[in-house]
Amino acid sequence: MALRTLASKKTLSLALGGGARPLAAAAAARGVATTVSLPDLPYDFGALEPAISGEIMRLHHQKHHATYVANYNKALEQLDAAVSKGDASAVVQLQGAIKFNGGGHVNHSIFWKNLKPISEGGGEPPHGKLGWAIDEHFGSFEALVKKMNAEGAALQGSGWVWLALDKEAKKLSVETTPNQDPLVTKGASFVPLLGIDVWEHAYYLQYKNVKPDYLNNIWKVMNWKYAGEVYENVHA
Amino acid sequence: MAASASALHLLPSSPAGFQPQQRRLRSNVRRQGGLTRRFSKVVSYYGLTTPPYKLDALEPYMSRRTVELHWGKHHQDYVDGLNKQLATSPLYGHTLEELIKEAYNNGNPLPEYNNAAQVWNHHFFWESMQPEGGGSPEGGVLQQIEKDFGSFTNFREEFIRSASQLLGSGWVWLVLKRTEKKLAVVHTRNAISPLAFGDIPIISLDLWEHAYYLDYKDDRRSYVTNFIDHLVSWHTVTLRMMRAESFVNLGEPTIPVA
Repeated sequence: MALRTLASKKTLSLALGGGARPLAAAAAARGVATTVSLPDLPYDFGALEPAISGEIMRLHHQKHHATYVANYNKALEQLDAAVSKGDASAVVQLQGAIKFNGGGHVNHSIFWKNLKPISEGGGEPPHGKLGWAIDEHFGSFEALVKKMNAEGAALQGSGWVWLALDKEAKKLSVETTPNQDPLVTKGASFVPLLGIDVWEHAYYLQYKNVKPDYLNNIWKVMNWKYAGEVYENVHA
Repeated sequence: MAASASALHLLPSSPAGFQPQQRRLRSNVRRQGGLTRRFSKVVSYYGLTTPPYKLDALEPYMSRRTVELHWGKHHQDYVDGLNKQLATSPLYGHTLEELIKEAYNNGNPLPEYNNAAQVWNHHFFWESMQPEGGGSPEGGVLQQIEKDFGSFTNFREEFIRSASQLLGSGWVWLVLKRTEKKLAVVHTRNAISPLAFGDIPIISLDLWEHAYYLDYKDDRRSYVTNFIDHLVSWHTVTLRMMRAESFVNLGEPTIPVA
């Protein structure tokens, strides 16, 4: 499967490549965010088994994430219309849908990159700078895993648990966000290194109500290499 | 209550164990009005109520597997979790509805809130459904719905729309609003119930993903329409409305002109 980078980063800039839709081009010219698209998974649906089943990966990517993308694009179109009409209350009304669907797109795009098949190095603990930082902030790698699992298990309802890097304070922390709120809602200087989706759709078909089993197993396919790269980029 | 509360945060309780503890003895004496309890700290537990139908009775709209897991695991876990919390909590001893109001703490929920509310919500949910349910109500309930929504079809669409507007985990309710004296459709997040706002719930629909994922995967809309068309128990609704009328005056009395 071709690895395509987040289309949103490209489409949000004013310089649109060829094939831009008329609406998108017009919106971009006005400076309003344009459409996003569903990024490809960097691995097959079944590649993360047995930690996460292929059935879940397929549904999660093709249905849930795709729905967030579609609804986000729809909300952006409506936002564009409301902005150009000067309808402030419509603009405000749309914020919920934008936060939810846009957040869903942002979060899941990171999530696919956070995971890696075992055969390609998934689950290998972090080395280098990130490894040392984890030992410094949490005592040990095991302590971090335990903390994230505890926070994930304790989260009521739907949400995400994150390993966050505060790029100003240069500190690591474990954060949770409700529903599809992206990590930045916890603090503008937060950069997500790893996120774990603890919505029930992320594990229910395989683990049923036993969320702790899902949390224990997801570490086997965690892509610490990606987290390490993000960490080093911030500290570059 | 505060003095006895501090005495409670000692050792975890062991219901089957014999643990004579002087300090706890005193707090329990105060609580039970003089009766001594030497061995177990928590005297009564909340229990898991049983749905009023067999596990497979709601098929094909809600599978046996779903009811088994949802009731047998999720609902049971909330009950067990609540009892465990109450072993060392000052909130011990309330009725479940009182506990929910106390623990809601006016919007700043205490740790017991989620478990207590979910125990109540799920009990209410099982009773909101019946095998061969759905269709439309009759008599007084239908009249009230037509009065407050315009028509039954409007109510049905409003219910489905509210479900689609709920983002994340939560519940959709038909409530009787106490102050407005009207039926309304509302949705709430996570474990919140209209009890927190003082309204009277009449129907509930669980929209946490565990309620429908095995049967419908991501197709939430089909789950909601099947619930309203085939599962909702209008008999239960009638009973609940009758009870609600003891608390809310729905009609204007006709005063005869002398």
